[in-house]
Amino acid sequence: MQRLKLFLPLLVFVVLAVFFFVVQKQISRGEYDPQNMPSALIDKPLPDFALPNLVGDNVIRRADVVGHILLVNIWATWCPTCHYEHPHLNKFAEQGVIILGVDYKDDADKARKWLQEKGNPYRWVITDQQGTLGLDLGVTGAPETYVVDAKGVVRLRYQGALDDRIWRETIQPMIEKLQREGSV
Amino acid sequence: MVALQRFALFLAVLMLSALTLAAIDPDDFATDSQRVRYHQFVADLRCPKCQNQNLAGSDAPIANDLRKELRRLLKEGQSDQQIIDFMVTRYGDFILYKPPFDKHTAVLWLAPVGLLAFGIAVIGTIVWRHRRARAENLAPLTATEQSQLADLLRETTDKSPKSATRGKRA
Repeated sequence: MQRLKLFLPLLVFVVLAVFFFVVQKQISRGEYDPQNMPSALIDKPLPDFALPNLVGDNVIRRADVVGHILLVNIWATWCPTCHYEHPHLNKFAEQGVIILGVDYKDDADKARKWLQEKGNPYRWVITDQQGTLGLDLGVTGAPETYVVDAKGVVRLRYQGALDDRIWRETIQPMIEKLQREGSV
Repeated sequence: MVALQRFALFLAVLMLSALTLAAIDPDDFATDSQRVRYHQFVADLRCPKCQNQNLAGSDAPIANDLRKELRRLLKEGQSDQQIIDFMVTRYGDFILYKPPFDKHTAVLWLAPVGLLAFGIAVIGTIVWRHRRARAENLAPLTATEQSQLADLLRETTDKSPKSATRGKRA
């Protein structure tokens, strides 16, 4: 018994080492990000907004966009990860996904140029120069994507760039779940 | 004397540099109470982007926005509770350095108490064992031990201390 006690520190070390190894593994595989935090908006209605259309003269309101399964994508030209994400958004849009783009705290001219050069995956794209909608959504940076159901309720938030793997593992299962729920 | 003055100056400069760690914002509050509450809030609210900095200490754009928003809310005359609600509906309990007690935060709140209890238990056990061991050692001598002791004492008084030890070991 006394001798076993001597191994106690080693045991503690091994337990901690395994724990940290698993967490590190999850981080490197992108399954867990300590920077991510739970959204306060999950299962709450998408906040109300009325913001200028980036590629038009009108104002786009919440009522204009809700009514079907919707992706709300927060992006900006100053955001390097958004460059990586953009081609994927184009692809998802081609597959018929409805995306509302929120150009977050950005220069509108640069943003329009970006869409001309890279293509526009957004059904609607609004410009949130003051970051007011971003604030109401609890955005902490770009890119961020929200899945909103047909009733206008936020069901999922993803912080970081969407790509094929995130789509397959996170976004698509949620969309399929919403479709099964009959929210088309 | 000059050295002392230099040292005093050095200390003063150190204090100044500590002040500049806090982000600089315009101070345009109508009342002192608003200013005090502002400083209280930026100290107590956590920056959503930077994990372990409060709003006062963070240079992240989001912290800047939240400070701006906080100033607006204070000037509008919102109560402390309204401001906390505003922040929590957007960023969740995460934004509070002191989150409310519920099933998600129970570990957070109870772990220190649990660890303290565990520590007290460990120390208590060690102290108790020591006491018991000492009490056993101090138990009155039995008759045989008593006579052995008497023999030993007689030996030491008869002979020199050196030979006494040797005699006992042999």
